[in-house]
Amino acid sequence: MNSATLAVETIASPHAHGGNSVARTMFRVQMALVPATAFGFWLFGWPAFFLWLLTILSCLGFELLSLKLMGSRRIKGTLWDGSALLTGWLLALTLPPWAPWWVAVIGAFIAIVIGKQVFGGVGQNVFNPAMVARVALLVSFPVPLTQWVTPLPLMSVGAPDFVHGLRIFLTSLPLPDAMASASLLGYTKTEMSRGIDLLNSLAGAHAPAMSWIGARSGSLGESASLLILGGGLYLLVSGIITWHTPLAVLAGLAIPAAIGHAVDPAHYLSVSAHLLSGAAMLGAFFIATDYVTSPNTGSGQIVFGLGVGLLTWIIRSYGGYPEGMAFAVLLMNALTPVIDRFAKPRILGRDRKGKPLDIPENKGA
Amino acid sequence: MSDALKEVPLGGALKEVPSGNNYGNIMKEGLWEQNVVFSQLLAMCPTMAVTTSGTNGLGMGLATTAVLIVSNILVSMIRHTVSSQVRIPVFVVLIATLVTVVDMAMNAWLHDLYKVLGLFIALIVVNCAILGRAEAFAVKSGVAASAVDGLAMGLGFTGALTFIGLIREFLGSGTLFAQASNLLGPSFAFLEMKVPGYGGALLMILPPGGFAILGFLLAGKRVMERRLDERAKQQTGDAAPVAA
Repeated sequence: MNSATLAVETIASPHAHGGNSVARTMFRVQMALVPATAFGFWLFGWPAFFLWLLTILSCLGFELLSLKLMGSRRIKGTLWDGSALLTGWLLALTLPPWAPWWVAVIGAFIAIVIGKQVFGGVGQNVFNPAMVARVALLVSFPVPLTQWVTPLPLMSVGAPDFVHGLRIFLTSLPLPDAMASASLLGYTKTEMSRGIDLLNSLAGAHAPAMSWIGARSGSLGESASLLILGGGLYLLVSGIITWHTPLAVLAGLAIPAAIGHAVDPAHYLSVSAHLLSGAAMLGAFFIATDYVTSPNTGSGQIVFGLGVGLLTWIIRSYGGYPEGMAFAVLLMNALTPVIDRFAKPRILGRDRKGKPLDIPENKGA
Repeated sequence: MSDALKEVPLGGALKEVPSGNNYGNIMKEGLWEQNVVFSQLLAMCPTMAVTTSGTNGLGMGLATTAVLIVSNILVSMIRHTVSSQVRIPVFVVLIATLVTVVDMAMNAWLHDLYKVLGLFIALIVVNCAILGRAEAFAVKSGVAASAVDGLAMGLGFTGALTFIGLIREFLGSGTLFAQASNLLGPSFAFLEMKVPGYGGALLMILPPGGFAILGFLLAGKRVMERRLDERAKQQTGDAAPVAA
């Protein structure tokens, strides 16, 4: 009996693993994006598909290149954890569907190399990589990044077939006038600068349509707000994201929009126009909820989300650019460390201010 | 006796640097190893502001070089007469005077370039590289060595600014040395190049592009230096047994 020894290996914590991983989370987010993306392919045809594919492939390529240059030890695991793929996917959803091929490649370079790997790779970046690339592309190449195309469903007459689609994608010729179109936000901004207020411009014959179903010009992620919303609700139900950020973003956008529209409908778009246009849905559910670049606590996320929504509304209403979601997300990303400083998670056994909890001494005695 | 007198105005902290005829070393330090932009990271304000084209970078760099050489010479000449307590104000007045002269000269003879660089010429006064060299080198060194140091640091600065400017200009507007004839005279118009059919990425002309390019260049320089170090180490490692 005495000779029996206790064979225990010492293992560092954590001792239990929930089975979750970066790859699994990323995969679920991608699943949530599938319906909206597929609908976008149907709506805008082959060029949109090529754009999506090349953006993702270039993101993976630049990720691989960065990891090789940095001498990473687990290249395969990091490359296939889905984070670069998701970045590329989100970036593709914010681009004009018929953007030329080099937009995809340059955007992927900016997102992965400058937006992410320079800071140290996944989990280290200060700013949302996809939004960094979106803003850099918009500032650098204003013309191809604001050329929206009228929806031409895949099977309809006049939609480009596979070869023609590839030609559109590779040659970056200017769009034919018949197919060029403006997004709702861009259209109202242009009309406003010409001195035509919203009441007249939206009643005009050329006013872009606005609908939940999404047969409208815009980026892939802009057209199908309902499908994006559905994907977002799936993420919410499956516990990938919490309700704080999306609700706060939408509230931060909707409340000022409602006030503005009630006060002066000639100069401020309605709530539904704001919520269904641009990247509002995509931003609220998929971009502002990025784990790395948003605050840790629920209260912090509410502040963050309200800031994103409010800034988006301000930029859309008063700024030079028609859409401001990307700028708003980046600005609030910069504030995230400050928010995190004020809204800290509670430490186990202490209250929110960091004082030890009162534990009744003689419990049960 | 004379040594003791020398020590008095300078104070203990500012000892004379023994400068032999190591001018080659001074040049190397200024151009590469202690490059104002790439190693010391000084003068970031003009580096970001004027490097939107190669020509602007070159003009700014040359103006700074002129100020730097003369200020180094003057500071070195008066280093025994100015007491260490008041040396900074004296240096600043000296540098400000020089900058005013350069400013007026450029306004008179290089007016087109002056219109572009305008404000930043006057701001050479507060360029930390100049006061930095006065403090770090000229006040402790002989006149000739100080002049060489000013030249080396200035040329290193000019090279860095021109290089960053060329990259940003190429990526941002698809040209190289645009309007070089403004700076160097009409005979240098052949330098001006344009990439056909390239509109340029506006971001590279804007400040974020400047920071991104500078960051990549800094990283590149560090990688180069590390490789050179490793190679040198290997060579000495290989050579040592043979020599022994």
